[in-house]
Amino acid sequence: MKRLLFILPIIAFAGLAAFLGFGLTQDPKELPSQLIDRPLPEFALPGIEDGGGPGFASASFKGEPRLLNIWASWCAACPQEHPVLTQIAREGFPVYGIAWKDKPQDSREWLARYGNPYAAVAADQQGRTAIDLGVTGVPETFIVDKKGRVRFKQIGPISPEVWEGQIKPLMQQLRAEA
Amino acid sequence: MLAEIGHFALILSLLVALAQSVLPMLGAIRGDAALMAFGRSAAGLQALLIGLSFACLMTLFGQADFSVALVANHSALSQPLPYRLAATWGNHEGSMLLWVLVLSIYGAGIARFGDNLRATLQARILSVQAMISVAFLAFALFTSNPFARLFPVPLDGAELNPLLQDPGLVFHPPLLYLGYVGFSVTFSFAVAALLEGRADPAWARWMRPWVLAAWVPLTCGITLGSFWAYYELGWGGWWFWDPVENASFMPWLIGTALLHSAIVTEKRGSLAGWTILLAILAFSLSLIGTFLVRSGILTSVHAFAVDPKRGVFILAMIIGATGTALTLFAAKAPMLRSGALFGSVSRESGLTFNNLLLMALTAVVFLGTFYPVIMEAVAPTNKISVGPPYYNLVFAPLAAPLLILVTIGPMLAWKRDDLGALARKLLLPVAIIAVVLAGLALWTGLAKLSAALGLALGAWLIMGAVLVLVRRWRGAGGFSWRLVRTTPAATIGLVLAHAGLGFTTAGIAAMSAFSAEKILVMRPGETAAAGPVSVTMTGAEEVEGANYRALRAHFSVRQNGSTHGLVSERRLYTVSGSQTTEAGIGVSVLGNQYVAIGDVQQDARGQGLVVRIYWHPLVGWIWFGGLLMAMGGAASLSDRRFRIGAPQVRTPLAPNLVPAE
Repeated sequence: MKRLLFILPIIAFAGLAAFLGFGLTQDPKELPSQLIDRPLPEFALPGIEDGGGPGFASASFKGEPRLLNIWASWCAACPQEHPVLTQIAREGFPVYGIAWKDKPQDSREWLARYGNPYAAVAADQQGRTAIDLGVTGVPETFIVDKKGRVRFKQIGPISPEVWEGQIKPLMQQLRAEA
Repeated sequence: MLAEIGHFALILSLLVALAQSVLPMLGAIRGDAALMAFGRSAAGLQALLIGLSFACLMTLFGQADFSVALVANHSALSQPLPYRLAATWGNHEGSMLLWVLVLSIYGAGIARFGDNLRATLQARILSVQAMISVAFLAFALFTSNPFARLFPVPLDGAELNPLLQDPGLVFHPPLLYLGYVGFSVTFSFAVAALLEGRADPAWARWMRPWVLAAWVPLTCGITLGSFWAYYELGWGGWWFWDPVENASFMPWLIGTALLHSAIVTEKRGSLAGWTILLAILAFSLSLIGTFLVRSGILTSVHAFAVDPKRGVFILAMIIGATGTALTLFAAKAPMLRSGALFGSVSRESGLTFNNLLLMALTAVVFLGTFYPVIMEAVAPTNKISVGPPYYNLVFAPLAAPLLILVTIGPMLAWKRDDLGALARKLLLPVAIIAVVLAGLALWTGLAKLSAALGLALGAWLIMGAVLVLVRRWRGAGGFSWRLVRTTPAATIGLVLAHAGLGFTTAGIAAMSAFSAEKILVMRPGETAAAGPVSVTMTGAEEVEGANYRALRAHFSVRQNGSTHGLVSERRLYTVSGSQTTEAGIGVSVLGNQYVAIGDVQQDARGQGLVVRIYWHPLVGWIWFGGLLMAMGGAASLSDRRFRIGAPQVRTPLAPNLVPAE
């Protein structure tokens, strides 16, 4: 009986080690999005030109699959993602951008400096739309299908590998969908 | 060139550690004095080499040598020099180097100050210590080399996370590491004792200063970290039950248990099994703390270097160290001689309860921290995290009996006490606290009865600490100055630490019941109130700092008829684009006024600044208490019984047979 007591710690530890080992195989960054397979939340945002100008609205996300990229001029990882977005746009997939909590002036300067890969850019200065979208940080990208439903969410920058391996095949599949 | 010297010194130290992990152990088994002596020289050499390596890295940061990848990624020319130097350990690779540096300094300490240790025990301890060194040095060299070069060389580096550009960073991590790594020494003591099959009072007496040497900086580090989070993160809280905070709190709880358990082993020769188990657990929890932050298994504000490969390495280390030690414990601990028996009412049993309660509290924190990981294994679709409500619900009811016990424990006699005598000793203190509690309850009202209970507990602890002094000074034959003068440092330590716990308890109770907050949009000239604090915004302006732009707001704060000014800033660090808040804090003994600004926002009356106003009663007591506890530990560490040779006899000496001084 007394011996058992001394063996207890190692047994408890073995169980714990198993759980920790399992935990290592999981990616904590993979936050499931509540939006998957649901329609894009409604929004209508102004553009980034002086005086608002035309931005875009959630209603326009119909008819073709699109990427909706959340970015900001102050975001450190966005310049890193930028060449990939440019590549995506060049391959003919429409990328829409929402500048999150960013002054339009700063957004314009940023795009002038790096180049503009976006089909259209809207400004979410208050960050309200981002809350509806469940944005946890920038950059984040939503893949929206022909019917305006969110099908995939990328947290953090899209790397060339993620684009070629995951998102591009998905976009092609979405294009083929009825 | 410096980078290569540093790298080379680190490789050499790994080789030295490899030799040190085998040869002294062999010497202890064979009784070979030369091999055992090698352990002492090797430990010193290892510390020198790692010290050289660390100095190289720090110089590289000082020179802003961006050809080294680590320097380029974690410091920028616009950063002031002290923060560039502190950036040496403000990142994963550098902090690992600091970790091995501290480890080797402790190792050299055992070699240097272990003259009165049994030679075989010292040799075994040094070998176990070197095994830990080997693992961490290999980890640093093979998975996170701090000296890797970068080509092409950038003109300027990326900035250190601006949250970390603060004097807090300069001291917080090194203090925590002194604590975490310090428990490696007690771990080595425990494993060496199991290998020798001997854990006697002398062993416990040798070990106890090392427990204190780890516990004191850990206490300081946690206190400082809590204070830092309070004034730098701008959330207005002092503890968040964040996984990484928990990672430092668990070794502290177990370390506290170890501290007390070792006293029993030292004075009475009992609880040796407990002491060994606690020593193993304290270090294991320190390792798991490292694992938590670096593996990416849990996310938190503190997380840096999220890399599964490193996680696998650290998990292997944990399994290697803890698994081996616990297996050894299962095999050898039942054979250890247990010391003198003790009655169910005695100081020994009080301290056993203390061990049990602290273990239970650790289990509560552990479960809360790892529940998300465990749930993910069981039900993968659920992403959950455990929040403060869980801890408040479970932690407080377990902590309360422990806190009550803290004052009763030192009143108990060793070996055997009887309930009647205890009741007589407790009569007056209990009566006093009952009156205090009644008064507090009348003042707070029934709705805040928990606050009255918490404050009364604080008073109970402080009174208990004072009573220890009173009992000591009065002695059997009445008060005498001689008794005051000869009070052992260890007793002073007990008094300070227990009183500190009382201050912390009172601070926590007041904070959780009476703190007030208000969040609103304000424009210059407007006034708002939170609790007893009334705040008027007097102006706002934009300012330029060394490497940031900031929005600065001025406030005039009124409370109880006195008025003074406070300033809060919202800083944007231009290189990295991250924002921080510098809160304006008005400090007094009774509480802090805390004003922090956020973004510019529109509300019904136009554009204004988001302002958060807090009233934090007695919050300073929480950290003051932590500081007192650390001072208590330091006082105890200075006790002269650790410097005179430990008694070599197995049976404890009778009190009147203390060795001549």
